[in-house]
Amino acid sequence: MEKLIEVKDLRIEFASGKKIVKAVNGVSFSLEKGKTIGLVGETGAGKTTTALGIMNLVPAPAGRIRGGEVLFKGEDLLTKTQQEMRQTRGNRISMIFQDPMTSLNPVFTVGDQIAEGLHLHTKLSALEATVKAQDMMERVGIPAARYNEYPHQFSGGMKQRVIIAIALACSPELLIADEPTTALDVTIQAQVLDMMRNIRNKLNTSMIMITHDLGVVKEICDQVAVMYAGQIIESGSLKQIYKNPQHPYTEGLFKSLPKINENTERLIPIKGIMPDPTNLPEGCSFASRCPIADKSCVNIRQLSKEIEKGHFIRCMKRS
Amino acid sequence: MKKSFKGNSKLVKSSQSKEIAYRLWQNKAAMAGLLILLVYVFLAIFADHLAPYGFDDQDLSRRFIRPSAKYLFGTDNLGRDIFSRIIYGTRISLRVGLISVAISSSIGTLLGAIAGFYGKAVDNIIMRCVDVMLAIPSILLAISIAAALGPGLSNVMIAISIGSIPSFARIVRASVLTVKEQEFVEAARSIGASDLRIIVRHILPNCLATIIVQATLGVAGAILSTSGLSFIGLGISPPTPEWGSMLSAGRQYIRDHGYIVFFPGLAIMITIFALNLFGDGLRDALDPRLKT
Amino acid sequence: MQELVRVENLKKYFKTPLGMLHAVDDVSFSIKQNTTLGVVGESGCGKSTLGRTALHLLKSTDGKIFFEGKDVTNVNKRQLRQLRRNMQIIFQDPFSSLNPRMCVKDIIIEPLKIYKVCKSKGELEDKAVELMSTVGLSTRLALSYPHELDGGRRQRIGVARALALNPKFIICDEPVSALDVSIQAQILNLMQDLQKERDLTYLFITHNLSVVKHISDEILVMYLGKVIEYAKTEDLFARPLHPYTQALLSAIPVPDYDYVQKRVLLKGEISSPIEPQKCCRFAGRCPAAQEICFKQEPKMVDMGIRHLTACHFAGQVNLL
Repeated sequence: MEKLIEVKDLRIEFASGKKIVKAVNGVSFSLEKGKTIGLVGETGAGKTTTALGIMNLVPAPAGRIRGGEVLFKGEDLLTKTQQEMRQTRGNRISMIFQDPMTSLNPVFTVGDQIAEGLHLHTKLSALEATVKAQDMMERVGIPAARYNEYPHQFSGGMKQRVIIAIALACSPELLIADEPTTALDVTIQAQVLDMMRNIRNKLNTSMIMITHDLGVVKEICDQVAVMYAGQIIESGSLKQIYKNPQHPYTEGLFKSLPKINENTERLIPIKGIMPDPTNLPEGCSFASRCPIADKSCVNIRQLSKEIEKGHFIRCMKRS
Repeated sequence: MKKSFKGNSKLVKSSQSKEIAYRLWQNKAAMAGLLILLVYVFLAIFADHLAPYGFDDQDLSRRFIRPSAKYLFGTDNLGRDIFSRIIYGTRISLRVGLISVAISSSIGTLLGAIAGFYGKAVDNIIMRCVDVMLAIPSILLAISIAAALGPGLSNVMIAISIGSIPSFARIVRASVLTVKEQEFVEAARSIGASDLRIIVRHILPNCLATIIVQATLGVAGAILSTSGLSFIGLGISPPTPEWGSMLSAGRQYIRDHGYIVFFPGLAIMITIFALNLFGDGLRDALDPRLKT
Repeated sequence: MQELVRVENLKKYFKTPLGMLHAVDDVSFSIKQNTTLGVVGESGCGKSTLGRTALHLLKSTDGKIFFEGKDVTNVNKRQLRQLRRNMQIIFQDPFSSLNPRMCVKDIIIEPLKIYKVCKSKGELEDKAVELMSTVGLSTRLALSYPHELDGGRRQRIGVARALALNPKFIICDEPVSALDVSIQAQILNLMQDLQKERDLTYLFITHNLSVVKHISDEILVMYLGKVIEYAKTEDLFARPLHPYTQALLSAIPVPDYDYVQKRVLLKGEISSPIEPQKCCRFAGRCPAAQEICFKQEPKMVDMGIRHLTACHFAGQVNLL
């Protein structure tokens, strides 16, 4: 299978006063056409920044891409000009954001907002764009009759569907979804995830799903990359990560979750907190919280090693 | 660990104010502002020793002398030394500016806080009164109050304070309305804090930024309003020098002898500038979120 | 075990321009001492309003609240002050629930100052140190400000503040929803430990069913202001009776590779609790709704040992 996107050693920094926040430290992964990868991690792990890096949208001047390549069908997106990127964004790569309440412009009808991308990126006539937008609305489960309604007339779940329709209007090859269901209630989340899964299968869109919810990842992803302090510390197929987690952090994440399908008297939390991103340790950034770490972990840079086919971890104790 | 914490109980208290002072000290712009203000205060106190001439030394033979070594800022239409008059003027202008803003900001804050916090009828009564006052131009309001009270420095200050209460009340109310919706206010209520405690400890500290900015701007307004009142004979009676009235008195000579209005204007401008620098610095120093 | 809190037919309505909003409508429950009652439901179901009304932060429209057997529905200012010593609340958002201009120590000892519990400054300091170590906060953070700390530590401050007056009953309003999973587990463990040590009683409000299952002894499921199911935790998860509870349970994404669940997808979204019709409030979304559901409001019926549900077809519907 051809690789649709390949991220190689991506590094992104933010200047915060005199300090430098190392948000992304050498992230590498690749995604085949039609597949979905889940980027999982806690707040501050660098998931969203990685996504912004791929879109070449890191907010300047505070943020800077310090190195790496983002190969989209073999072309490096990081070397493109903003002009060229504008033709890619929203057309070949789309991104949806977490908050459905603020992502829509309150003064335009939802139909016009869906059609806007089509006007920008295709040569469709106004009428054709409207028809296409209505078709998109039906696909995400909104009656086309609501074309001329305004965002405030939609509920949270419906707004998120509109946003997904906007993102998919130009049939992008890659969709980056940043916590698309976090703001929604469980029953609505189930509806939206179901819809996203169907659409993805129909349009053969590849997806990067950013989330902190391991349950959501299981629902929709084929591959998983677990992020911690700006690095992917473990990656592999869904089965590999869920059935056989190897990195102590991934293990810790699964153990600290209360389970609905089994009874646990007491949770096993991961002790401590994530290290300060302005002052990351030389070696393994998880060492201070790790139950199996020793002195050498703190000092030696952890390299990504393949422990079985397609299953990578950054932990010298386990590889 | 327990012991050191306990032993430091006094230090703990003072360290917060010390920290604020330290952060203010770190802020160079704020310190420059403070320095300028201190110079003004020094001028006001020692005016008698510092001014080369008296503030009312009229001498028609030396009218309209341009700024020179002898008369630093020149002389006015009655032959008085402008430099000396500005130094003496510091006494009145600074006092009127600071005191009237102190009065109006405290009353305005109180009214705004009560209106914003309690809402409903209380809010309606207070804010409608404030609206009525706002509908009258503040200078007109000050004129009528000063006319009723009669001339004199303290009456001027009262008149000007009352005139600028409405704008404070409005701004503080708006700020209180946003802060009071935050969860920590509900948290304070759930631990049994009284309304007074909630307003003083929890809401007002979070409105400080707005109050300080409005207050620094208010000083400028107060100095200029004084001149307005003096101009129509309700303020400080001549020949007592005061920057605002020096400005308005010199207006007719602005074409040929610009320096007569230039220097009093400059004095006012520098004051406001210094106050702004200091106010901004104070606001930042008081906000623990900006601590680095 | 003794009953600590009892709420009978509690109602809280809000006036809105469109009519009366029935945020909490006819809710009854009781909590035994040293147990946890979980309240679950989706946004807008009235669970937070329920907590705040029970705590007297909002005035109830109708119904009765009992604390230690005494009717505390209508209390005067002085009685309320005493009541607040025994009833506390932990908030959801560890960012906005702490005054950004107060340092950690001041936030924690504020309740003690208000109730003038400590005689001297030294005693206050001792108490602050004690509380901080109880919730696992290092005392060197005493003079830090909330914005300098991470979410987990901030939530610990919130817990310490709630504990300061030694309350018997604590309302936890989504205390771990804003936290990352690894930190969430720390706080949940802390709350369980505190419950054991201090004989605490919790009303635990959350939208997260896994969390509520983990921490509660009994669970109350709410939908549009109404209780639709009320049962012991094991019973509720073993045999959910109301179609909404069934759909809710089936909708949770479970992070277990081998766990296959049947999914009940509900139609539509939660409707508005403003001037609701006299019918089952879930009827419009219910896959098993029949004519009667749109005409008549179902009553709470006990379907076993204290397993109450409000459905016309209780025991007959199984969507799973």
